[in-house]
Amino acid sequence: MIKVNTEDHPWNKPLTVQELLDEKGYIFPHIVVRINGQYIEEDDYATQLVQDGDDVLVLHLMAGG
Amino acid sequence: MARKILKSYEYKPAKLNRGYTRKSLYINVGDLSVQAKDISQMMIDKFVGGKGFDLYYLWHATLPETKWDDPENEIVMSAGPLGGMTQYSGTGKTLVCGISPMTGIPIDSNVGGYYGPLLKFSGWDALELQGKSDKDLVIFIDGNKGLIQIEEDDGLPEDTHLLNEKLTEEYAEDEDDKVNISVVCTGSAAPHIRFGMLNFSFYDPRRKTCRVKQAARGGLGTILRDKKIKALVVKFKGVKPNLNDVADISTINKIGVKYAKEMHDLDQKQNGIRKIGTANTVAIMNKYDLLPTRNFQAGGDPEAVKIYPQVFIDNFITQGIHDGCWYGCTMSCAKTADHFKLLTGPYKGQCVTVDGPEYECVAGLGANLGVFDPRAILEENFYCDTYGVDLISFATCLAFVMECFERGQINLENTGGLDLHFGNSESVLEILHQMSRGEGFGVIVGQGTRRCKQIFVEKFGADPKLLQDIGMEVKGLEYAEYCHKESLAQQGGFALTNKGPQHDEAWLIFMDQVNKQIPSFEDKADALYYYPMFRTWFGLCGLCKLPWNDIVPADNGKTDDPAKVPEHVQNYVDIFNAVTGKSIDKDELIRQSERVYNFQRVFSVRMGHGTRAEDYPPYRSLGPVSKEEYLSRQEMYDKQIREVHGKDPESLSIEEKMLIQRKHRENQFEKLMDAVYKRRGWTNEGVPTAEHLASIGMDLPELLEVLETHENKEK
Repeated sequence: MIKVNTEDHPWNKPLTVQELLDEKGYIFPHIVVRINGQYIEEDDYATQLVQDGDDVLVLHLMAGG
Repeated sequence: MARKILKSYEYKPAKLNRGYTRKSLYINVGDLSVQAKDISQMMIDKFVGGKGFDLYYLWHATLPETKWDDPENEIVMSAGPLGGMTQYSGTGKTLVCGISPMTGIPIDSNVGGYYGPLLKFSGWDALELQGKSDKDLVIFIDGNKGLIQIEEDDGLPEDTHLLNEKLTEEYAEDEDDKVNISVVCTGSAAPHIRFGMLNFSFYDPRRKTCRVKQAARGGLGTILRDKKIKALVVKFKGVKPNLNDVADISTINKIGVKYAKEMHDLDQKQNGIRKIGTANTVAIMNKYDLLPTRNFQAGGDPEAVKIYPQVFIDNFITQGIHDGCWYGCTMSCAKTADHFKLLTGPYKGQCVTVDGPEYECVAGLGANLGVFDPRAILEENFYCDTYGVDLISFATCLAFVMECFERGQINLENTGGLDLHFGNSESVLEILHQMSRGEGFGVIVGQGTRRCKQIFVEKFGADPKLLQDIGMEVKGLEYAEYCHKESLAQQGGFALTNKGPQHDEAWLIFMDQVNKQIPSFEDKADALYYYPMFRTWFGLCGLCKLPWNDIVPADNGKTDDPAKVPEHVQNYVDIFNAVTGKSIDKDELIRQSERVYNFQRVFSVRMGHGTRAEDYPPYRSLGPVSKEEYLSRQEMYDKQIREVHGKDPESLSIEEKMLIQRKHRENQFEKLMDAVYKRRGWTNEGVPTAEHLASIGMDLPELLEVLETHENKEK
């Protein structure tokens, strides 16, 4: 089990940040990802793995409208 | 041009210094008096400019009992001290205020186009229009000659696209001079409806046509025509980078260059706004269950792919042309569909330029009406603009009317034979044409949702409780186009606004619903304090909100508070100081807004409004009204029943589950109100306290008198 934006999310095997974003349907192009407080560069989304127990924050940067 | 000149007034244009002319122009169209007023240091210190100046003048022009169509009501407009800069994106906004025909309290609306900046360069920080004429007028300001003329209309066209072209042609000396002209007008529908809007023009030399942006909300166009003002025209030749005579041009240039590079490098990656404007978010909203569909019943629809941004880009929207609505804006979001052939109405068969579509247009005139036809949306867009119809109020009100029709609350006899099932774009367009002609069911729709509810109940026997639940208005103003019923913070972001549910105060859906950044009531209240105050500041200064956070620095994500975009906030602080020579910081920026925000709230209190009782949303804003809505999100709602209420959803009927949800959600909203009022320094009834006004330096005697009167009434 991992946390995504404070909520439980099932974890079955290591997956990349990009795979997690796809799984969650997070298509917004303008986001910030932090794993256990650590900022993840966008260039690393395809390779950075999310492990069991990780606390993932996916901030959609839209306070607009 | 041979219009009769009813009044001529010569003046020496005031020189700008550090963003201000320190002069405002007052025109009474009833007695044709014209007056130059001095802007005091107190006004600059307490109200800054823009919406601040507008509200200050409006307060002193009106009485507590003034109605929107009383002669003393005003249309006031001002560009703000940063307005008219050309070095930073989004610096050409004008703020317009008046007592609204929709709400009966002050409305404010911001708009691009050239009028506000050219007015300022003509010597006027603000313009007040008061009185009522008995004949249609054109008010012309020549900022180079220092001349104001009030002219009698000699049969000018009613509709915007024709009126703008004619007036621009008339007042320009030649083709090159057209960019120096800006027109403010409305259209043929405005006299017949309450949500008539104002169009502000700018001439587009590439397309060789007049373009328009809208001060759309709250019926300002209806007020313009009630005063029998056909158009305002300003002419000023000589726009250049430092007309504001700023304190520190070097800092402004440096920040401007840095921002332009960000836009150039990052737009395509972050937003693509330079290709499609604000409609870039339609697909996002649909995917995240936020696109209001069929009167906010759902947050999206599979058919919405037909109105995605790429469809408009591929088939309609002209690409590769710079599309700013003021000089120097690199965001270039003011897109058009050119050579668009109309299929209905008085201009059927003609090819026109359609300004848009913006997000609200596609979401409102499209998904919320069940119209998933991009062509129809563009035609609705064009007719809303040229007829002078606020498309947000139109779309949200008509979505409500269509749901009433589908639920059997009104019928064909009531609508004059119009089939108003969702998706019927022919009927949508016919309603617009009826508004223009001032006839039929369109005139009833044009009274807005609040009055439609009353008419449908009293005349057509509709169910008042259902209509109250599904009619998406607060304070008499229609909601902007976001399906927000799963975000408590945004429910407050709409309902706990000064003027009514417009998204320009706070847009917190992602922060709240998706990011889960503001879980507690205190967190939400903090957000509903900070963001409305921060965003109010754009309206004080003459700025557009989009450059703040539609593009952000590449390293913004590494900052402590990326949602606020700290580097851009600092840009604004630095630019304000560089223009005015003052020395504010980001906290004083918020304080500047807070003074005006509280002034506006007390203004509403003075008019017998602006209290908790008027901040309640319809239930559609908070949760599922119908079984269909519940079933469409059953998994989520059942999970909430299980986790929040500790009950087994399998053992409950849908009606029981809906009742549990309703009680809970209404209770949550009450708690949110408590938290927000407390955070804003207001009483539990939503009224600013004298102590709070003193703490922000806004304890003006006229405000304290209103609070005292209100308190005595309550005793």
